[in-house]
Amino acid sequence: MTAPFKHAAQFPEGRASTTSFNEASARTRVALLLDAGSFVEFIGPEQREVSPHLKVFDLPEQFNDGIVVGRGRLDGAPVFVAAQEGRFMGGAFGEVHGAKLIGLLRAAREMVSIPVLILFDTGGVRLQEANAGELAIAEIMRAMMEARMAGVKVVGLIGGRSGCYGGGGLIAGCCSALAVSEPGRIAVSGPEVIETNRGVEEFDSRDRALVWRTMGGKNRRLLGAADVFTDDTIQGFRDAALELLGLVGAFDLDKLKAEQVRLADRLRSFGTCEDAVDIWTAEGVAHAESIPDLPADQFISLANKIGRTSRDAR
Amino acid sequence: MEDFSFQHRARQRAGGTRQTAIIGVVASGNLEVLVERVLPDVECQLEIKTAAVGFGEVWNAVTADFVARYSPGGLKFSINDGGARPDTVSLRLAQAVRLIEEDGQ
Amino acid sequence: MLMSTNAETRGTTTTWRRGREARDARIEAGSRLARGKVVEARDATRLMEAVVRPGDRVCLEGDNQKQADLLSSALLAVDPAKVNGLHMVQSGVVLPEHLDLFDRGVAKRLDYAYSGPQSARIARMLFGGKIELGAVHTYLELFARYFIDLTPHVALIAAVSADREGNLYTGPNTEDTPTVVEATAFKDGVVIAQVNEIVDRVPRVDIPADRVHFIVEAEKPFFVEPLFTRDPAAITEGQILTAMLAIKGIYAPYGVQRLNHGIGFSTAAIELLLPTYGEKLGLKGKIASHFALNPHPALIPAIESGWVQQIHSFGSEVGMDEYIRARSDIYFTGPDGSLRSNRAFCQTAGLYACDMFIGSTLQIDLQGNSSTVTTSRIAGFGGAPNMGADARGRRHPSEPWLKAGGEADPQGSALLRRGRKLVVQIGETFGDKNVPLFVEKLDAITLAEKLNLELAPIMIYGDDVTHIVTEEGVANLLLCRDAVEREQAIRGVAGYTEVGRGRDRNMVERLRQRDVIRRPEDLGINPLDADRSMLAARSIKDLVHWSGGLYAPPSKFRNW
Repeated sequence: MTAPFKHAAQFPEGRASTTSFNEASARTRVALLLDAGSFVEFIGPEQREVSPHLKVFDLPEQFNDGIVVGRGRLDGAPVFVAAQEGRFMGGAFGEVHGAKLIGLLRAAREMVSIPVLILFDTGGVRLQEANAGELAIAEIMRAMMEARMAGVKVVGLIGGRSGCYGGGGLIAGCCSALAVSEPGRIAVSGPEVIETNRGVEEFDSRDRALVWRTMGGKNRRLLGAADVFTDDTIQGFRDAALELLGLVGAFDLDKLKAEQVRLADRLRSFGTCEDAVDIWTAEGVAHAESIPDLPADQFISLANKIGRTSRDAR
Repeated sequence: MEDFSFQHRARQRAGGTRQTAIIGVVASGNLEVLVERVLPDVECQLEIKTAAVGFGEVWNAVTADFVARYSPGGLKFSINDGGARPDTVSLRLAQAVRLIEEDGQ
Repeated sequence: MLMSTNAETRGTTTTWRRGREARDARIEAGSRLARGKVVEARDATRLMEAVVRPGDRVCLEGDNQKQADLLSSALLAVDPAKVNGLHMVQSGVVLPEHLDLFDRGVAKRLDYAYSGPQSARIARMLFGGKIELGAVHTYLELFARYFIDLTPHVALIAAVSADREGNLYTGPNTEDTPTVVEATAFKDGVVIAQVNEIVDRVPRVDIPADRVHFIVEAEKPFFVEPLFTRDPAAITEGQILTAMLAIKGIYAPYGVQRLNHGIGFSTAAIELLLPTYGEKLGLKGKIASHFALNPHPALIPAIESGWVQQIHSFGSEVGMDEYIRARSDIYFTGPDGSLRSNRAFCQTAGLYACDMFIGSTLQIDLQGNSSTVTTSRIAGFGGAPNMGADARGRRHPSEPWLKAGGEADPQGSALLRRGRKLVVQIGETFGDKNVPLFVEKLDAITLAEKLNLELAPIMIYGDDVTHIVTEEGVANLLLCRDAVEREQAIRGVAGYTEVGRGRDRNMVERLRQRDVIRRPEDLGINPLDADRSMLAARSIKDLVHWSGGLYAPPSKFRNW
């Protein structure tokens, strides 16, 4: 086993505040999110653990199979980190990609005291590795539950261009807490899939304002599907991660039951709403249609005032 | 997919102390370059796996010019290419050299 | 005496008012369907049948952006026994209906300028003999012919609103309408307008009522395409590098104040680098202050940063209305506050009042000729050849024009020397799908051979091009002394394309020593510095912020 891939502090101070999380590569997100120079990579690209399946399809591989995993420090405290590269095959889960995350979560389960940050950026399962990908999703969810039951905090950060879809959306739902930004999206079925299956009257996937109203960061925050909303900077996500790590409590059966109640209540309150604007209006927001245009800081105070967070439920 | 392998002699050893560096992402029109300081000082090697078939001459020209200009002695470049343009390839190679010539591990 | 002799030699008796009488007859026929000038949308086809005669020259708007879509459909639905063999004269062949007219036999002959969205189908129909082609023009050229030999008998136009007298408000997308109406109304033609709504009072009068004969109120607003919005998120490092080369290698040394940008990602990158890279170079106030340009959202940061004095526009751009209203110091606006665009005048401005055109293309050959034609697509010319051409009728001097003229003709007498407009082709050596920009033989030539055309459809001729900018550097063709040097200068910036790899290395090096070719390092530019962080705005959302929330991008550009 060769030495892990340590990253030099490549970036000058303050870059995290001016770098868009949405635009940055997985590697850049990790480097700027964590304390400078603290990241040590596991199974780095020089290990060349590539997908065993893509060759069959005559598709290019990536040395890290599209996910960066390792450990580092956040404000001095150790954390495990996994960051998906949304631009490689849409950040989709393949066999090796999934295995790296499973391994990380199992390591966390053993360590108990080190939390996990997962930077989601995924369209779901890689179709070319369908069975292996689906298995990986299931194993990740199991590993995450086991880690959480052992006392590990698992925080998801969502703000990449691929969003957090499919199996990724399922996994996100299992996290202790989630932070999301405006360009971030969280769902299971994607807009085109909904339109294909249900028709354009049900969901017009080309109406991007509709897509974001429904699946985007602001609605997820207001619905309580995400706990913290941040502006689209790596600094913003760093602060959100620190906030959530400070807030996440114990995980047990009572917590799960409370989550069930929260979800049932949410469905009862908003199940018949036609559009997110109706949900926000029902939540007591005046001029709900202006929410998509609200700048981040104003949105955050509004969300904190009325927000249905799950901090006491997850 | 098509594979290429190029060996070159470089004028001198690439600067810096870093042993490995990686740059880029494998996607349409993009590529990743993994560079490792594992060769003798005046040798340079480029291993390329590319999704764009039939561009051998272009790869030859791009890599030869790159080696002549940057003298990346001692470095092995491993490339996964999603069909990037030659100028993007040149840029990534130059970025990789810049990264590995930084100090640090 | 003389007059009756003329009448005899003509062999017919003429009242010299035949055109007027014919027009009056058409109007009378159409009036049976109208209340005043207003015709119901459901009667639009019958109106066409009453007013349009077989073999007429019909101008259907057909602009670059706005489309008279209701009138288009109405014309398509006529009985071909009543209306047929029409000669369509229009700027843009944009909607499928524009070509369906030919399939149905309603139309037979076509003179036009631009066919972007229909470029594949129009090529098929031309090859298949379904369309008799008059010629493909530039916008200004076609407008010119509206007054000489292509005057429409009937004009089908689009306006935002009308009052009951027929005064029209064409609003931000005024575009071609005044020109079309001028030619038609004053030469005994009939003008029919579709409007989004009929109002008591129009916000401003763009077309006076006595030039408009019939108005049809459409159920939905006329179609407008967002053509000039480029998402900053899609701008690549290569485009940023070419933008830096253009700013430092051309804008700065020539001192280009008055210019036109062709639409594209490279020019969008230039627009977004002015407040950052341009500022760093100390160029504010010295370059890029007066534009012939559509309201590009990508220029918002430069405007907000104080770079721009004035912009005249060909048309508008979806989502920019409120921003334009709030920036009347910059844009041309009416007393109502909304943009007033005018394609004919803006094209004229680009020709005579601008010192530089810079734009992108699909193919460039060894003489510098360029074309956007491929063997399966004919997109027409639009405005580029007009903007991207030296204006030999120009007489007033300016610094860039004189400097370029001096470079082209260093031996000539200064007093007799002609200035030159800078015509710059900018792009990456490999385009979309890694297709090379530089070729030995243009597809346009192959197409002309295949279709037996008299002229190959060249967008910009090599002898008008003054500079070519790629990621490999800037080639100054003005400094080339002969065709051989010109070819090598082009090969010298053609990168790793076959054309580039075929260069004479020694000659290219000598050209570099004379500054005919300047590489990034010759201009003090490190390609590794061409980074997206240099863009003043990196996303559409950033542009919205820069505009103070005034810019309202169309749905397809949103990620919030």
